[in-house]
Amino acid sequence: MEPILKLFTDLLPGLSQLPYWLLATLAALIAALVLFGFIAVFALFAIWLERKISAHMQDRLGPMEVGGWHGWAQTIADTLKLLMKEDIIPEKADRILFKLAPMIVFSVSIASFVVLPWSRDFIPADLNVGLLYILSISSLAVIGILMGGWASNNKWSLYGAMRSVAQIVSYEIPISLSLITVILITGTLSMQGIVQSQQGNFLSWNIFHYFPFMFVAFVIYFIASLAEVNRTPFDLPEAESELVAGFHTEYSGMRFAFFFLAEYANMFIVSAIAATAFLGGWLPPFSFLDFIPGPFWFFGKALFLVFVQMWLRWTLPRLRVDQLMYTSWKVLTPFSFVLILIVSFWQLLTL
Amino acid sequence: MREYFKNIYEAIVTILIGMGVTFRHLFVPSVTLQYPHEKLKLPERSRMKLFVNIDDCIGCRQCERACPVDCITIDTIKAGKDEDLGAASNGQKKRFHVTKFDIDMSLCCFCNLCTFPCPTECIYMTPEFDFATYDRNNLIYHFSNYTPEQVQELKEREAQQKAALANAKTGKKPEQK
Repeated sequence: MEPILKLFTDLLPGLSQLPYWLLATLAALIAALVLFGFIAVFALFAIWLERKISAHMQDRLGPMEVGGWHGWAQTIADTLKLLMKEDIIPEKADRILFKLAPMIVFSVSIASFVVLPWSRDFIPADLNVGLLYILSISSLAVIGILMGGWASNNKWSLYGAMRSVAQIVSYEIPISLSLITVILITGTLSMQGIVQSQQGNFLSWNIFHYFPFMFVAFVIYFIASLAEVNRTPFDLPEAESELVAGFHTEYSGMRFAFFFLAEYANMFIVSAIAATAFLGGWLPPFSFLDFIPGPFWFFGKALFLVFVQMWLRWTLPRLRVDQLMYTSWKVLTPFSFVLILIVSFWQLLTL
Repeated sequence: MREYFKNIYEAIVTILIGMGVTFRHLFVPSVTLQYPHEKLKLPERSRMKLFVNIDDCIGCRQCERACPVDCITIDTIKAGKDEDLGAASNGQKKRFHVTKFDIDMSLCCFCNLCTFPCPTECIYMTPEFDFATYDRNNLIYHFSNYTPEQVQELKEREAQQKAALANAKTGKKPEQK
């Protein structure tokens, strides 16, 4: 909380006269609203971007009409349509859990934004266990997905939810293990501390540390994070051709929009963690580019990784369930264990 | 063990190849035709909307008879004895006032059979293809350039002539007997 309070009092000196509890509440509210606005706008932009990228990769044009320039307002129109749709809850569904599920999924993804470092000053809360916090909170989304799938009382939803749980639980392990290599290097769990330990030009970023081992760790993290956010080639929980829409088959209108929003927010979060842990967060690639503010670099790096996620989505077909488990347990997990060993020994030898 | 690493290597290489392909296609010009804004130009002799060059029509009604779905409706009135309606562009003499030449494109089956018998080649199909409307009646195309008043006048004249003819016949009959 301290850095963001300091940012507020620096911007408006009059605020420091308020009692601490009021100032903290105000700052937290404003930060939450800014983040929510960011998620909404980013999701609109990312959905539009995804449609354009998928279209151009298939030699099509994608949305071109709404809004004039290359259909930029298409997702706004779609969202308005979704918000105005009838809110349908199946008769045999568990109403409370059914309503709760999208809320949990979305609040989990907005909670992850708490520890993302946007710049030297702007981080909603610089926890000293930031990385641990984000890893644990992002696995909470499983509960929301399982809840939605179970409450829908629909075979496809249940299958999708169960697949999703199996997938996310197994891919948590390579994600955590590959991030442990980062922690071994930086020696801190605080997001801001991780960024600051990569000071210098781009060669001092963690991805180029102990080349090529940290690069492999980055690749492992990236693959596992794709599975974590249910993106192709790991989109079994919502595999259209087998499960209709997976765990959100029965959802429509506003609630569906929240699942969708959470999916794109999660894409940004995993990319932002990758950018923080491996690509130097808000640090510019060359130190003479320091005059460009941190959020630009942070957002740029995360957006590039989001683009790679979309790129992969439109390149690769979906994996089978056994292939999914094979990739996690027999390839990514042993590789990340070996990486931890190598990085620890290297660290010991160069001490 | 060797198999295991070979599989991983192949997976990475093939993914990279695939990503190369999709990245190249990101910059390939799209094949999409933005339809209402740009249209495909059809070949000159495409069988789309029917058109009648009414100046060349001699009112022979052969197209009407050829039409398998009866989408062409023609009304003609014979020209008077001393009336000269001119000739079609290929020299055929025009002997009829074509007071009505309606084509119902909602019935047309685009068989092109009406265009072959036409002695002056005045009915033909054009490459124009988007003529969808909100009302089916708008698909009836009127080609005749006679105004309703002219048609009325011609009809009255024809009726008078017929009556005169009938009178003359009935007038003659008693004399013959």
